[in-house]
Amino acid sequence: MQMMDIIIQLIVSFFATAGIAIIFNVPRKTLLHCGLVGVIGWIIYYVLTEQGMDVVKASFFGSFVIAIVAHLYARRFKIPMIIFIVGGIIPLVPGGMAYNAMRNVVEDDYLQGLQYGLKAFLITGAIVIGLVFAEVIIQLIFRSVRSSKVKLQKVYKK
Amino acid sequence: MVLQDADNELTIDCLLLAGRIMIESGAETYRVEDTMLRMAHSQNMPNAQCYATPTGIIFSLGKTQPTRITSIPSRVTDLQKIALVNSVSRRLTSQIITLEEAYDELKSIQKTNYFLPTYLQVLAAALASGCFLIMFKGGWSDFPIAFLAGGLGFLVLVIINHLTRVKFFSEFTASLVLGFVAFFAVKYGYGTELDKIIISSVMPLVPGILITNAVRDLMAGHFMSGMAKGAEAFLTAFAIGAAIAVTLGF
Repeated sequence: MQMMDIIIQLIVSFFATAGIAIIFNVPRKTLLHCGLVGVIGWIIYYVLTEQGMDVVKASFFGSFVIAIVAHLYARRFKIPMIIFIVGGIIPLVPGGMAYNAMRNVVEDDYLQGLQYGLKAFLITGAIVIGLVFAEVIIQLIFRSVRSSKVKLQKVYKK
Repeated sequence: MVLQDADNELTIDCLLLAGRIMIESGAETYRVEDTMLRMAHSQNMPNAQCYATPTGIIFSLGKTQPTRITSIPSRVTDLQKIALVNSVSRRLTSQIITLEEAYDELKSIQKTNYFLPTYLQVLAAALASGCFLIMFKGGWSDFPIAFLAGGLGFLVLVIINHLTRVKFFSEFTASLVLGFVAFFAVKYGYGTELDKIIISSVMPLVPGILITNAVRDLMAGHFMSGMAKGAEAFLTAFAIGAAIAVTLGF
């Protein structure tokens, strides 16, 4: 049953992300890859939250992996990385939390609304931090790889 | 000397056009500046200075030449144009195409509408809404309502955007329409979970690209652009939230 759930989530998240990608008009040849980025991010989020992890942490890990995959795709296709990120992070955006916050405020339950609002804010922050961390780490890795290559070449020449 | 000036004019036109298309299509500001400076360096303009914001670009060549400005009144999200301009700039900097070819190509990019036909976009939004419902643990029985509400909401967004050009208003109306569709569907027994239907059908309207760009600009040190884009994202989120609040108030 659990396996079945995951398979359904894989398929559904692919179509959802690809649909968002169409709305944002990504280049046609990268549509499938955009969908794939979304699937990877969502399935990590889904499995982690099913295991009982806090949504804030799960969002962080989801967006971290999204940024890494997007960076690799961006290098492969030689197009800006934002194209792959945008579709991928939409499922992680805390729409539900923001909705609950709004709903509680409308129902005059400001305290509960504030609680949901803060949670939504935290999740947004986690997504952002995940993206930034991944970007910085990848840049460090590529730079060290490049410099070690240069060193190797110097050794060869000697 | 005169010839040199005319040459410079063409280069600056080309650079400003590239930057303008990128900002109009929703690229990050730091990427726009980076692209323009790279192109400038490849055209023998080592002292070029560039300052881009979401509403305009200032570009200067140095002491002797006049500074040029281009203002940008409206922005949409069109990732394909960003990719195309990026490829033009790559080819120009690696000397595969000449400046004239690049300028012609940029002009045709600016004129062309790369969006898919509206009905396909609406269909994509509807499908995405339905899929989001399943992702947020809704039941399959609510799938058709989320599909309908998401598609209708996006259709209203496109129509009103076309009519008025006031983004806040079109987002508000779109959310209002999809909220009412969901509300009445649940009231007359076609759907079961109002919350999940509304959340999932609102997802295509979420300003995802604005949020990402705002933060990436902030991290790159472009605080003005980051704050401006953050404000735009907040306005969109507020429009959606206000409309949903009106629906829930019933």
